[in-house]
Amino acid sequence: MRYLPLNDEDRADMLARIGVSHIDALFADIPKAKRLEQDLDLPSRKTEMEVERVLSRLAAKNVAAGSVPFFVGAGAYKHHVPATVDHLIQRSEFLTSYTPYQPEISQGTLQTIFEFQTQVAGLTSMDAANASMYDGSTATVEAVAMAHRITKRRKAILSGGLHPHYAEVVGTYSAMSGDAVVVLPPDLFAAENLAGVVGDETSCVVVQNPDFFGNLRDLSGAAATCHAKGALLIAVFTEVVSLGLVKPPGAMGADIVAGEGQSIGNRLNFGGPYVGLFATKSKYLRQMPGRLCGETVDASGRRGFVLTLSTREQHIRRDKATSNICTNSGLASLAFSIHLTLLGDAGLRRLARVNHANAVALADRLAAVKGVKVLNETFFNEFTIKIAGDAAEVVRRMAEQGVLGGVPVSRLLPDKGLDDLILAASTEINTDADRVIYTKTLQGNLSC
Amino acid sequence: MTTRYTKSHEYVRVEAETGVVGITDYAQAQLGDVVFVELPPAGQNVSKGAGVATVESVKAASEVNAPVSGEVVEVNSALADSPGLVNEDPTGKGWFLKIKLSDAVELESLMDEDTYREFLKAVS
Amino acid sequence: MLMQQKFDPQAVGSEAPVAKTFTGNRGLETEEGLIFETGRPENTGVDLDEPLPFKHRLGSLERQEPAGLPGLSEPESMRHYVRLSRLNYAIDAGIYPLGSCTMKHNPRLNEAMARLPGFADIHPLQPQSTVQGALELIAELAHWLMVMTGMDAVAMSPRAGAHGEACGMMAIKAAIAAKGEDQARKIVLVPESAHGTNPASAAVAGFEVRTVPARPDGTLDPAEVMRRLGPDAAAIMLTNPNTCGLFEKDVVELAALVHEAGAYFYCDGANFNAIMGKTRPGDLGVDAMHINLHKTFSTPHGGGGPGAGPVVLSSRLAPFAPVPFLRRDKGGFHLVEHKSEAPDSFGRIAAFHGQMGMFVRAFAYMLSHGADGLRQAAEDAVLNANYVRACLKDLMSGPFGDRLCLHEVLFDETWLRPTGLTTVDFAKAMIDEGFHPMTIYFPLVVHGAMLIEPTESESKASLDLFIAALRDLALAAKRGETERFVGAPYLAPRRRLDETRAARNPILKWKKPGG
Repeated sequence: MRYLPLNDEDRADMLARIGVSHIDALFADIPKAKRLEQDLDLPSRKTEMEVERVLSRLAAKNVAAGSVPFFVGAGAYKHHVPATVDHLIQRSEFLTSYTPYQPEISQGTLQTIFEFQTQVAGLTSMDAANASMYDGSTATVEAVAMAHRITKRRKAILSGGLHPHYAEVVGTYSAMSGDAVVVLPPDLFAAENLAGVVGDETSCVVVQNPDFFGNLRDLSGAAATCHAKGALLIAVFTEVVSLGLVKPPGAMGADIVAGEGQSIGNRLNFGGPYVGLFATKSKYLRQMPGRLCGETVDASGRRGFVLTLSTREQHIRRDKATSNICTNSGLASLAFSIHLTLLGDAGLRRLARVNHANAVALADRLAAVKGVKVLNETFFNEFTIKIAGDAAEVVRRMAEQGVLGGVPVSRLLPDKGLDDLILAASTEINTDADRVIYTKTLQGNLSC
Repeated sequence: MTTRYTKSHEYVRVEAETGVVGITDYAQAQLGDVVFVELPPAGQNVSKGAGVATVESVKAASEVNAPVSGEVVEVNSALADSPGLVNEDPTGKGWFLKIKLSDAVELESLMDEDTYREFLKAVS
Repeated sequence: MLMQQKFDPQAVGSEAPVAKTFTGNRGLETEEGLIFETGRPENTGVDLDEPLPFKHRLGSLERQEPAGLPGLSEPESMRHYVRLSRLNYAIDAGIYPLGSCTMKHNPRLNEAMARLPGFADIHPLQPQSTVQGALELIAELAHWLMVMTGMDAVAMSPRAGAHGEACGMMAIKAAIAAKGEDQARKIVLVPESAHGTNPASAAVAGFEVRTVPARPDGTLDPAEVMRRLGPDAAAIMLTNPNTCGLFEKDVVELAALVHEAGAYFYCDGANFNAIMGKTRPGDLGVDAMHINLHKTFSTPHGGGGPGAGPVVLSSRLAPFAPVPFLRRDKGGFHLVEHKSEAPDSFGRIAAFHGQMGMFVRAFAYMLSHGADGLRQAAEDAVLNANYVRACLKDLMSGPFGDRLCLHEVLFDETWLRPTGLTTVDFAKAMIDEGFHPMTIYFPLVVHGAMLIEPTESESKASLDLFIAALRDLALAAKRGETERFVGAPYLAPRRRLDETRAARNPILKWKKPGG
């Protein structure tokens, strides 16, 4: 077997050194009746070629985003990732290292985390960021739990513009811990009134910007409403590229920011791995979940970095920890950081402008189609259209015709009477030719 | 002025009706470099044996329990910037908080200095 | 100064006249500034044309203040990260014997397969008709996991091991609630040797944790468990093989006791790599167990993630599995994404469907090994650990005497105590010898624990060098050559770092000097 260096001679020598005659002697603690006497009912080993063949055939059954006009978003976005990013994250020293428990021989990972934390804090305009979370949805759960710890209250209010998966995940965790959650009804036009629902028991309000339907939201009002009642504002985003062009949550009064960072440096991967971003104000630092990297000096006085404030974490606090999270999204956060280093402020702003321009161009084309209405006044690179027809059926038929034309809202919000809505996203990958095909194909599948 | 000790290595030094509370020299040595102390707001009522503060070193976090019941009348704000005081001078400048005793009889259930010294010999 | 004349490793083998270099670099080992010190916000390493003039739709919410992100050209970026990478230890460069972390070889075939556009470039919300191959792969992987563990179902969405623990405990909570016992059963028993995520995950699922002490031989005593199993017991969380590298030999009896008490058996599968193909958790009475794909099935650790933590479930828990999950019907594979289609499901624990990128890698690893290779991998891992144990046991003390272990061997600090040195000193001296240290100070049940897990990826020659170096260090420690230890490492990119300073005055991001 190509991955196993020992040969039978080695094995025999080593068994002799240990002082047992057969390998099974090392497994003697397993009750005899429960030991497997023969190999499992699974195929036997395969060569590299054979594995490639099996997996390539499975891969070929899927329609890759890059192979068709592609407008799918709703929490995961196709962006171009520079080749440099993927090359660097496959460096042995990044790919095959562990959590930096021995800082003297992990400065590479530690410094990149420190840079990542600085980049995320800058992007969100917050005081401090952690070393990343699993993804945006679980980061949101952690933000809610953190707000409960800070306010010592146990009721979260979730905006109707929050990604439905995120709302469901918060709901699941809250049901387990016995905390209250109020999920506001779907808010297509960013019109919900928070003043009426935030009360003295409210721990936090969770608002997404750009919201699930693509609308941009001024969070300042929500922040004021929260702060007047002693509650915290949690700002969520699922499209981090928007921060290149849209006012950041820290500039609108957010107390905690949780978001999805997949769009920068990471591919779609059918939903994972992604990278959760998490930032907050200085005064809440010690309530923050997840790993943190800090600057210090070594015994020779040279600058170096270490994991710090780890007393918040599960390996020390156990059941009283701020979170049960152990790993972060190391390599995905590194990809994020490298891509952002390549972009810089200037590159990020331009990337965001191209995204926005493409979405505006798409919205303009679609608005001109009979049977299509663009619902958004404002948006970044995604918006909602109302169509004459069943959205799920139309999107399915468009896929058969070679266009991945967005996400039917009913896929995430079934049984809500939202069956004629499609979320359409356009990033820098789309050409005008893509938009023409999209518009035509959509038109051809409408029932008018 | 009397000083009494708990089995979880807190001390309370009673001056009039107020007890100065902190952790013992043994406790600070066990913890190592203290990096953060979380203190309650003044005015909070605490009961004997309940957690009243948290002390963190680089590698450990520990609850500090109230050795006596009463009202927290003052906390040591110097610890916010200089948590190292707990290591340097645990029974002096490294004190945590002052409790106005609600029941002085509780002191009788705590160890005096000699008993605590014997107790330390037994645990170490 | 800790460095004494007697032992000066910086002088050893480097009789160079330059004690300090102008750049701070030392040959191939280079110092590298932060991007914030070298980059400029107006520079960029990504070419993109400005869009043609358009009318924005941002309302009044356009960003005014830049984020303060420096940009680096492509060659500068490349150099920055390559230079930083060289400051890291890596499995690809040497043995990485972190106990319980399972740093095994990460095959590059897996990386290549995960990057096929048909896997890496598909969106989780594309029409399901366009991702049938991806769903088939998930179903196949699930099948392998169920066969290997002897369990009835598997929840694929947990994004890491700890997330899987929470998922399993939530399924248990839902099962208890379905029986109307959720007010009564709130206690979860956790052995004191457990990884910290266990109690933390139980707390996340809304349970209260009670600790169970271990026997002197490191395993759990059924009598101790029975004493704590009352009508308030919800579950036990047991790591098997446990964090001391031992198989819980009373596991079948423990499972029976737990079940008789009306509670559930959660198994932490972090060490499943030691027993795959040798026994099946389902046969041992396990109700739920997460599998760290990044440990057992070689998906890369990546400096701390991403992981993946699918949870296998017994028939008693299967109905409560989270959404989404797969169904196969005549039209092909179909994702059940909503509770309305699965009323007993406890809900959703993450957006989308799981760590697909990790699934592809793990599946490639499984296919490569096959049933025979997976068993062989477990056997070699256990053989390697016992070989290390056999070759070091005369110099280093183990807490459980001369006992065989599974995939990892545990030593303690007893043997070091007369020298005045500590576990961390010994570990840091290993760095100077070119090794990543073992896991230290875990599990907590042992004083100054040193937990060595060589994995099946090490050759005998590699182990022999590792053993010889540790023997040399151990003898040096016993001879009283303390300078070699207390100031170590001397030869790494950094000497010991001041963790107290980092924690007392946290600096968590770069700030402009004077700004």
